[in-house]
Order: sequence, then structure tokens, then C-alpha cells
Amino acid sequence: MDTQLDLWEVFIQSKIGAHHVHAGSVHASDAQMALQNARDTYTRRNEGSSIWVIPSKFVTASTSDDADMFFEPANDKIYRHPTFYVMPEGAKQI
Amino acid sequence: MNTIAMETEFQSKIDRDLFIEPKDAMPDKYREHLIRQISQHAHSEVIGMQPEGNWINRAPSLRAKQILLAKIQDEGGHGLYLYSAAETLNISREELINQLHTGKAKYSNIFNYPSLTWADIGAIGWLVDGAAIVNQVALQRTSYGPYARAMFRICKEESFHQRQGYEIMAEMMKGTEDQREMAQDAMNRWWWPSLMMFGPHDSDSSHAGNAFKWKIKRKSNDELRQKFIDKTVQQAEVIGLTVPDPDLKWNEAKQGYDYGEIDWEEFKNVINGNGPCNKQRLAHHIKYHNEGAWVREAALAYSEKVKG
Repeated sequence: MDTQLDLWEVFIQSKIGAHHVHAGSVHASDAQMALQNARDTYTRRNEGSSIWVIPSKFVTASTSDDADMFFEPANDKIYRHPTFYVMPEGAKQI
Repeated sequence: MNTIAMETEFQSKIDRDLFIEPKDAMPDKYREHLIRQISQHAHSEVIGMQPEGNWINRAPSLRAKQILLAKIQDEGGHGLYLYSAAETLNISREELINQLHTGKAKYSNIFNYPSLTWADIGAIGWLVDGAAIVNQVALQRTSYGPYARAMFRICKEESFHQRQGYEIMAEMMKGTEDQREMAQDAMNRWWWPSLMMFGPHDSDSSHAGNAFKWKIKRKSNDELRQKFIDKTVQQAEVIGLTVPDPDLKWNEAKQGYDYGEIDWEEFKNVINGNGPCNKQRLAHHIKYHNEGAWVREAALAYSEKVKG
């Protein structure tokens, strides 16, 4: 019998305003337990100001095998980068 | 994609120093190698709590006790990071634990030695965790993403372990004659097993070929062992401890120490189950795992109840 409960992915925000970054996973039966397990496992040194936990089964990921094709539409749009544009001689940066 | 095309694509990613992620196609042998290595690593963290737990009630001060508790808690946490990395390879926690209990999976040989005195707690932190850090720093660039990221997190936490161990040894060397002898005795017992932690010499290492090709390993056993020795000998000298190796000698040409022959008979003997504590370590883990069954069952019952 599998008694290991559900798998949850843990995201830690290091300080208020920062991105939540994936830290790892924990086992838990519900959201409350997942939060507490994540706190005990991943923030023993005050690494966090906030934690998200998400059931692993709800994560849909693109695959790196398809990455070339998947992200290809951005490849030929170099005009989205400021360095694409030529500044007139002597003009100062804004 | 057929197997040959997949393996070619996989190897080309490895050769470009790209990380392999859980959903990527990978050869079965790569997956098996990682499960073996990561689970052995996880089991080592958890079994490693036992020799240290032996001293919680006898720590010589409240400060020492708090530090030891925090360190042991870290080891449990490191075990969890690694189990969760192993689980991304499609193996369950139950199966991992089961493999430990049946002897299919191993843990680091070093934890089959007993912690006889308080100085052993110093020696474990200083030498055993010191050796582990050297090994784990190299693994931060291992090719499997979840393993590399677990290593990164562990390395950040591990340096406190090594420092607190060295502090214990340094304090004892400033103490009475008895205390200095106790520290030296711990050094004498833990030095050689710590060198064995890096595994057999490169010429005798059975899993090395694929591990290098797949960049699971990037530094050889002997390279890492040399690095550990060169750093640690200096630390021993500073506090007045003698390294128990009459053949230890600075080699100017290689800018490192030459060292004596490791007793590989002892190494094999301990791996094969005949170390001082093999039976005790495993029996302890099995006993408490079984005694904790009611907690897992209660959690499961609760889980089913809240789901309706």
C-alpha cells in the first residue's frame, strides 16, 4: 500500500516582492500540511517570506525535446531588443 | 523516436553541458545509475543522523546541544531534498526505503563506525562533512537538474556542519591533556574511513566509465580525495592534531600531499556488512520506520477523509 500521500511542488519567495522560485517537493495530504512540510524542509534558515505549494499533478510542463520548435517564433524577432536600433551619432541614452 | 536517435540526442545535450530534466528522454541505464547514486546519497544523510543522535543527550553544553540538534535536523532535510530528487526519476519513496531495508540500496560506509566520544562528534563534522562537501561541491554541476539543484542547496547548508566540527576539535585541543588525547584518538579513528568515503582508486572504480560520459561525475575519486587531504592537513596542523599517516608528505612537484596506502580490505569488509555498526544502523532504521506506520496510516486516513 502506498502510504506516502500526494506530491506537492514547493515555490519559495526569498523576500517580499521577489519571484517565487521552485525549491523542490514534499509529500502531504492537504494544502495546510504541504505548507508546513515545505516550511520545515526548505526554510530552516529564513530563506522565505512566502511559500506556494501546488499539487504536482497540476503542473503542465513543456518538454526540452520540443524547446527549439516551441520557442522558435521568438527567434526571428530581434527588433524586440533595443540593441536592434541604431542611435544617431552623439545622441545620449534616455 | 527510436532508441539510437534518443541516445544520440541525449548524449549531444550532455556534451553541450545542458542539464537533463525529469520529463526529458534518457537512457534506462542513466536513470538506473542516478536512482542508485541519489538514493544512496539520501540514505546516507538519514542513516548519518544515528551516530550524531547518540550524543544529543550527552552534549557538554546547551550551546553544543542546540548546534548538534540543528545539524541533525539539516541531515534529515538533506535526505528529503535527495529523496524528492530521486522520486522525479519515477521511483516511489516506499520503494526507495524498501531497497534500503532489503540491502539493495547502500548508504555511505562511514556511518557504520561508532561515535564513541564527544570528540567523535567533532571529527564527524570536521572530517566526514568536510569530505562530503568536497564531493558535493563537484556534484553541483552533475548533469541531472534536480540532483544538481539539491546539491546546491545542501552545499549552502553544509559548511556550518564542517565548521562546528572543526570548532569542537579546536576547543578540545586547547583543553586538558585528556581532552587532547581524546581529540587525537578521534582523529586516528576517523581519518582513514574519511578518505575511503571517496571510493576506490580511479584504477579500480567499477561505475566510473558511464558516470563520466554522462557527466554525472565530473571529478574522479582520486582527484576529490586529493583535494580533501590538501585542505584538511593544514587545518589539522593549525590546531596541533597529527594526521595518522606516517607516509604523508608534501610533494612540491604536484603541489599536494602524497599519502599512504588505504586499507581496502577494511573498506570491502565494512561494505559487505561486517563493520562495527552495520546491523545496528539498519535495524534501528527498520524499527522506527515500522513503529511510525501508524502515523503514515493516520495521515492517509485523514487524506481520504478530506477528499470525501
